[in-house]
Amino acid sequence: MLTILFDGVAYGMLLFILACGLTVTLGLMNFINLAHGAFAMAGGYVTVVMMNRYGISFYWCLPAAFIASALIGLVLERTLYQWLYQVSHLDQVLFSIGIVFMAVAATDYFMGGQQQLINLPPELSGRMDVFGVGVGRYRLFTIVVCAALALALQLILSKTRFGSRLRAAVDDRRVAMGLGINVPLVFALTFAFGSGLAGLGGAMGAEILGLDPNFPLKFMIYFLIVVSVGGTSTVSGPFLAAMLLGIADVAGKYYVPAIGPFVIYALMIVMLIVRPNGLFSRGSR
Amino acid sequence: MITRRTLMTVAGFAFSAVVALPATAQEVVKIGLVLPMTGPFASTGRQVEAGVKAYIALNGESVAGKKIEVVLRDDAGVADQTRRIAQELVVNDGVKLLMGFGLTPLAMSVAPVLNQAKVPAIITSATTSAIMPQSQYFVRTSMAGPQSAVPVATWAVQNNLKRVVTLVSDYGPGIDIEKGFTNQFKKDGGTIVEAVRVPLANPDFAPFLQRVRDSKPDAVFVFVPSGVGSLFMKQFVERGLAEAGIKLIGTGDITDDDLLNGIGPAAKGVITGHFYSALHDSPENKAFVEQMKKANKGMRPNFMSVGGYDAMHLAYESLKKTNGATDGAKLVDVMKGMSWTSPRGPITIDPDTRDIVQDIYMREVKEVNGELYNVEFATYPKIKDPNAAAK
Repeated sequence: MLTILFDGVAYGMLLFILACGLTVTLGLMNFINLAHGAFAMAGGYVTVVMMNRYGISFYWCLPAAFIASALIGLVLERTLYQWLYQVSHLDQVLFSIGIVFMAVAATDYFMGGQQQLINLPPELSGRMDVFGVGVGRYRLFTIVVCAALALALQLILSKTRFGSRLRAAVDDRRVAMGLGINVPLVFALTFAFGSGLAGLGGAMGAEILGLDPNFPLKFMIYFLIVVSVGGTSTVSGPFLAAMLLGIADVAGKYYVPAIGPFVIYALMIVMLIVRPNGLFSRGSR
Repeated sequence: MITRRTLMTVAGFAFSAVVALPATAQEVVKIGLVLPMTGPFASTGRQVEAGVKAYIALNGESVAGKKIEVVLRDDAGVADQTRRIAQELVVNDGVKLLMGFGLTPLAMSVAPVLNQAKVPAIITSATTSAIMPQSQYFVRTSMAGPQSAVPVATWAVQNNLKRVVTLVSDYGPGIDIEKGFTNQFKKDGGTIVEAVRVPLANPDFAPFLQRVRDSKPDAVFVFVPSGVGSLFMKQFVERGLAEAGIKLIGTGDITDDDLLNGIGPAAKGVITGHFYSALHDSPENKAFVEQMKKANKGMRPNFMSVGGYDAMHLAYESLKKTNGATDGAKLVDVMKGMSWTSPRGPITIDPDTRDIVQDIYMREVKEVNGELYNVEFATYPKIKDPNAAAK
């Protein structure tokens, strides 16, 4: 029972790290970026290449995945995304889904279509007993890292100057610019940070979720569920939503395997009927 | 302005060109190879293509006085594309024989084309029992339904694994294999503790594995497609099922030769039943493996590529028997009952079902010369598709 809860939390944490970048772009920058999963995939492949081709330690791969994805995000934001902030949502969707297909095809061409595997350092593999509950070491590691990140993210957004600039830029772009805030820079950094988080999520998820060129398409639905259930105006909303979905998904598959895969969708429908604007919405926009 | 007459003339020329083509290119027999070369099943396509090419490299480009030309087309794993491509190949390219078909629905979709055009199709990959009755023109060189699962059931009972949980992917081949294993296992006196079906697009096996662990069986019998199979193996170890005394047995899909080294030490000691191991000890297999590695940057052949290799063999041998005649019904007729020694071992095309009859080997994953291999230790000869035999 507790093991299931634990697995669910680990899964939820992973979903959160993968999806929270999307919360940032969607909620704060009001940009629908379906290509989010492509950044996560980039992080995953950076890890795979570093570990399997160059034998670099897993711990170094995680920050590298973050930085690589953030850089890719930064470059794409400056060259492509920034022209699309003002266009309609449909155009944004078409543009970003196009990027997804290009990323899938490019990855397939360069890396091949097979499932990529990494070998974790021995201290992270296997499981141990904590007060009689079987706990996977890697899952524990995932929970710790993701929880720390979630906390840091919340603090950055609510307590730092950068956070308030970002919120100001989102609420009223013109006034913020008039006050001397460099809005394009803030947006670019935010976008890069969100992409970096996705990359980190992809790197950490390679062991649990797998990694192949279809990763962005396979998990797009999960990201969108997390963001739509959690709402896009806070960090805590998607965090709780990701937890809830992770636990519900794992528990559903454990207790009622026959209908397990549907639990997560049923939950989403119920949540959206009860709270159409997300768990912690500030009311409708 | 283009009048109706000019159009007619152009069409007339085009038509006569098509008619004239076979006369000028008399010596060429075209084989259409339809495979998923992109998309999630691209690795299947690559392996089969490599197997086909290996056969041509080893046996020459012509047979019975005809030059063989293989036309490779990508269906990306989408059934309506497969059907459209098959139709184009037959109608426009004048293909006399079709080959490939990565998945059951893809193979199913071409059945009407075959029936109408009377063109034989050799299935190199798709495995479900339900395909073969769809058309008299299907012949198979991959695997017949749950063929590889049956000996695993017998072996498990003989080795005192009497309480087993089955865990299969919830789609055609998975359900076929679950049925094949369960029937044989019960017949031999074993008990199925629980039958778990996992959704095909399943990112995390954790809850299912925990369920298996909590029901404390002697062993868990697993079939999942080879890509996610490797992921499954890692999670199996991570969850400590091996330490809990639960043995992992399954069909060879989880220890795919192509991915085995990527899974790493976790795979060691896993027992599977399957029709092909790259380590199979025979001169035919040595030549095949060597050719595959030479032509594909050291890629190790897996059970998919051997399906492609044998499909080419079947095509060559049947053309020899018909002296190069390409009449569809005739080709299928001579294929029936054909036997030969494939890199995997002796195989036969069943004259009644046009399906493959082959030896299934029990293998254990071991380290050989610093690489992981499926080492064969027992042979169950001449296994037929148990689902078809039951009818």
